[in-house]
Amino acid sequence: MRLRAARRRKQTIFRRVVVGLTSVFFALPLLGMVEFTTRAPGGGRTLQTYATLFDFNVIDADYPELKTGILASAGLVLLTVAIMLVMLVPTMTWVRLRLPGMRRTVEFICLLPLTIPAIVLVVGLAPIYAWVAYFLGESSLWLAFAYVVLVLPYAYRALDAGLSAIDVKTLAEAARSLGAGWPTVMWRIILPNVRTAVLSASFLSVALVLGEFTIANLFSRDNLQVAINQLGKRDSSLATAAALAALVLAFIVLFGMSFVGARRHSRQPEEN
Amino acid sequence: MSPTQRPVSDSVAASEPGHGVAVTLVDLRRSYGPIHALDGLTLDIAPGEFVALLGPSGCGKTTALRVLAGLEDADSGRVEVAGKDITAVPTSARDMGMVFQAYSLFPHMTARQNVEFGLQLRRIPSARRRARAAEVLDLVELSDHADRYAHQLSGGQQQRVALARALAIEPQVLLLDEPLSALDAKVRVQLRDEIRRIQLEVGTTTLFVTHDQEEALAVADRVGVMRAGNLEQLASPHDLYARPATPFVADFVGLTNRLPAIVEGGRAILLGTSVPLLPGSVQRGAALVLLRPESIAVTADPVGSATVVSASFLGSTGSLHAVTESGETVLAQIDNDAVATFHPGDRVTLVPRPNPALAVAADTAAAPDESPAAPA
Amino acid sequence: MAKSPSTRASTGHKPVGALLGVLPFFAYTAIFLAIPTLIVVVGAFLDGNSRPTLGNLSALTQPQIVSAFIHSVVLSAVTAVLGAVFGALLAYAVSTAREGGALRRTMTSVCGVLAQFGGVTLAFAFMATVGSEGFLTHWLKNVGMDLAGTWLYEPDKGLVLVYTYFQIPLMLIVFLPAVEGLRPQWREAAESLGGSTWDYWRHVGGPILAPPFIGAMLLLFTNAFSAYATAAALISQGSPIIPLQIGGTLSSEVILGQENIGKAMAMGMVVIVAVVMTLYAVLERRTTRWLGR
Repeated sequence: MRLRAARRRKQTIFRRVVVGLTSVFFALPLLGMVEFTTRAPGGGRTLQTYATLFDFNVIDADYPELKTGILASAGLVLLTVAIMLVMLVPTMTWVRLRLPGMRRTVEFICLLPLTIPAIVLVVGLAPIYAWVAYFLGESSLWLAFAYVVLVLPYAYRALDAGLSAIDVKTLAEAARSLGAGWPTVMWRIILPNVRTAVLSASFLSVALVLGEFTIANLFSRDNLQVAINQLGKRDSSLATAAALAALVLAFIVLFGMSFVGARRHSRQPEEN
Repeated sequence: MSPTQRPVSDSVAASEPGHGVAVTLVDLRRSYGPIHALDGLTLDIAPGEFVALLGPSGCGKTTALRVLAGLEDADSGRVEVAGKDITAVPTSARDMGMVFQAYSLFPHMTARQNVEFGLQLRRIPSARRRARAAEVLDLVELSDHADRYAHQLSGGQQQRVALARALAIEPQVLLLDEPLSALDAKVRVQLRDEIRRIQLEVGTTTLFVTHDQEEALAVADRVGVMRAGNLEQLASPHDLYARPATPFVADFVGLTNRLPAIVEGGRAILLGTSVPLLPGSVQRGAALVLLRPESIAVTADPVGSATVVSASFLGSTGSLHAVTESGETVLAQIDNDAVATFHPGDRVTLVPRPNPALAVAADTAAAPDESPAAPA
Repeated sequence: MAKSPSTRASTGHKPVGALLGVLPFFAYTAIFLAIPTLIVVVGAFLDGNSRPTLGNLSALTQPQIVSAFIHSVVLSAVTAVLGAVFGALLAYAVSTAREGGALRRTMTSVCGVLAQFGGVTLAFAFMATVGSEGFLTHWLKNVGMDLAGTWLYEPDKGLVLVYTYFQIPLMLIVFLPAVEGLRPQWREAAESLGGSTWDYWRHVGGPILAPPFIGAMLLLFTNAFSAYATAAALISQGSPIIPLQIGGTLSSEVILGQENIGKAMAMGMVVIVAVVMTLYAVLERRTTRWLGR
C-alpha cells in the first residue's frame, strides 16, 4: 500500500549516493592541499606552514611578492566593487525609470563579457593599458578597470534580479507623486530596497577579483594569484597554503552571500 | 507498470449515460504529524454520478482526491472501484483521468499530442489515436486549436485540453482537482457548465474538488461538505442549501444571517413571528437561527422596528443591510428594482418566510470568513 | 545622475537629459570593452605596419596553431560532456531534496565556489593531490598503481580531470533551475494517464530537459575553451591550447611583423565562442518557454 513511500525511499538512496560520491570527488583536491601543507619533514603532521603564512613579519621579510600580491588584491577588491556599484546601480535604475527602451542594449553590453574570454580581452586591452600607464602609472590597482568589465555579467544579473523584484517604476512613481526629487528617490527609496542585490553583486565581484590571474599575469602586474603562482616556483608548500587560504576566504564570502538572501526572507513576515 | 489493457471503444456516443463505475472510499485516514488530513472519510459514489467535495483549504478534499488517484498513500482505509479493492494498485494502473488546477499540459507537445499521450502509452495504432483525439477535442470544442502549444492557449483553453486528455483514454473515473480555480470569473462559469454537459454526455463517474460553493452547487449531483478531514454533510445541492445538517454547513454554503431567537414548542420565535425548525436544531431556550437572505421579506414601514443601513444593486438582484432594534445586523435579498426605493435611515419591517430553519446554540462560533456583514 | 533639470515627469520623447544619465556607463564600456574588442577584430587584419592583410589569418594554418585549436576544442568538448552528464545527475539528485533544506543550500553554495575555483588555486590543489608528490599518488603507489608523475600536465589527461572539476559545479548551477522547473503535475499527469517512470522520462521529462541540458553543455564548452589560468599554472613547457598560445604572443619576444597573429588567434576564439553562445541563446528561449516560472 505504501507505494509513494517506497518511491521516496529509492529517491533518497539515489540522492545520498550521488551527492556522497560527488562530495568525495570535490573534497579530494582540497584534502590534498591540506595534506600537502601539513607534512612534517620526518613524517607526521605540522602546522608550521600556516604559522609562517600568518606571520606578517616573516612574509614581509622573506616573501615580499606574497605581501605585494595580497595588498594589491585587497585594493583591487575595494576599487572594483566601488567602480562597479557607482557605475551600475545608478545606470540600471535610471534605465528602468527613464529610458526603458535602452534596457536591452545595456543588458547586451553587460552580458557581452561572457562571450569575450579574458584572454581575448587582454590582447585588446594591451594598447589601452599603455595609455592608462601613461596617465596613471603602472600600479596594479588600475587593473580594476578591466576587472569591472569581467564582473559586469554577474553583477548585472544580480542587480537586475533585485531591481525586478521591487518594481522600481511603481515605487519611483509613488515617491514622485508625493513630491520626492530624483536624488531622494534613488537614495531613500530604491537603494534601501536593493540592498540584498547590491551585496550579492559585491560578493560575486570579490570572489572573481580574488581568483583572477589571466589579466594580471599577462600585464605583469601583481595580485594574489600571480603572487601564489610565483611563490609556487620557490616554496610550493607555502604557495599551496596561501592558495587554500584564498579559497577558504572566497568560500566564506560566497557562503555569507547565501545567508544575506536568506535573512531577508525570514525578516519580511515580521515586518508585516 | 503498464496501463491496463482495456480496449478503448470506437466512439464516445456509443456509451450511455450512467455506464460509469461505482467508487467507494472506506474509512480513509492520513496524518502529517499532528495534522489529520483525512480522519476516517467514507464516501460512496454511484456509477455515473458527479460528486463535488467542497470545503475550506486544509479540510482534506484534495487529499481525498489524490488518495483516490493513487498519488498519495493513505495511512489506513480502502479505496474500491467497481467493487475491487485498488488500494495497492499504482497510479499508472488505475485507469483514472485527472485534471489538475494548472500547469498540467506537457509544454513541449501540441494540444493534440497531449490528448494522444494516454492513447500512445496504450499502444493504440496511430490512425485510431488521431480519430479518437479529434473526437474528444471536438467534444471540448477545441478542434481549431489542436496544433497549438500550451503557451499559445488561454487558461480556459488549456483546461479544456486537459479535460480532453483525461477523457481520451475513457477512464473509469474522472478526477478534477479545482480545475477552475486559476481561471477568470467569466471563464469559470462558462467552463463549469461545459464540464457538466460533457460529463452527462459521457457518463463517467466524477469526483470534483473545489472551495467555491457556488461552483459545487451548480454542477454536482451531490455535494460533500468537508471539514477537518471528514464529511459534515453529503446531499444534493438543494438539500445542502435548504436543509443544512450542521451550523458549519449552513455557514459555509451560501450567506447566512445569525439572529437571536427563543426556541419553544418546536418553533423559533424572532422578529415578531415564529418559524419551524429543521432537524438537528436546538430544542429549547435561547438560540441563534440561521436564515438565508432570501428568506427574509422586507417592507417599507414608517413604524417598522428595523432601520436600513444600505441597499445595493447587484445586477440581477439586490441586497439590503438593516439593523434591528436590538442591534442585530441583517442581510436581506430584495428585487433589483426595489433597491432604489430604500434609503439609509428608512424604517422597514423584516419578516422571515415560513420555511424551516436551523437553530443552533447561542454560543456557536461562525465558520471562518463567512459573515453576513461582509457580502460576497 | 539625477540632474534632470525639469521636475515634470518624463513623457518619453526627447529624453536628452535622461541620456546624460547613462553616459558614464557607455563611455566606460566603450573604452574598456568595445574598443579592445575592435582592436582585436581589426588588428587581426593588419600587419606589422598597420596595413590591411590576410597574412595573419593564413598564419593561423601553421601546424602548432592548428593543433592548439584542435586540442582546445577537444578538451572543451570532452570536459563539457563529462561535466554535463555528471552535473546533470547531481542536479537531479539535489532537486529531490527538500526545497529550502540544508542539502540544497549547501550544495548550491559549495558549487558556487567550486565553479569559480579555477586557475592557480585549482592547479596547486591537484598538484598537491595527484602530482608527483601528491598524497593520492603516494597512496596509490602503495596499493600498486604507479601514476607517471607528469600525466597531470598533459592536456588530454590531467587537464581533462582538472577542468571537469570545475565543470561539474558549473553544470549544477546552470542546470538545477531547469530541473526544478519540471512541474510535479507533469509527472502526476503522465502517471494518471498510464505512464511508468520510464515512459515519463522518455516522453516528457527527457524532451523537456533536452534544450536546457544541451544549452548548459554549450556554456560549459565556452567556459573550458576560454580558460587560461589553470593551464598556465600547470603547463610550463609549450602551449598546447589556444589561450596559452595567445598568452605566448604577449609575453615573449615575437618576430617583427607577426605581433598581430595573437589578435588573429584571439579573433578565432571569439568566432568560435560567438557561434556557441548564439546556439545557447536559441536554446535558452525554448527553455524559458517550457520551464519558465
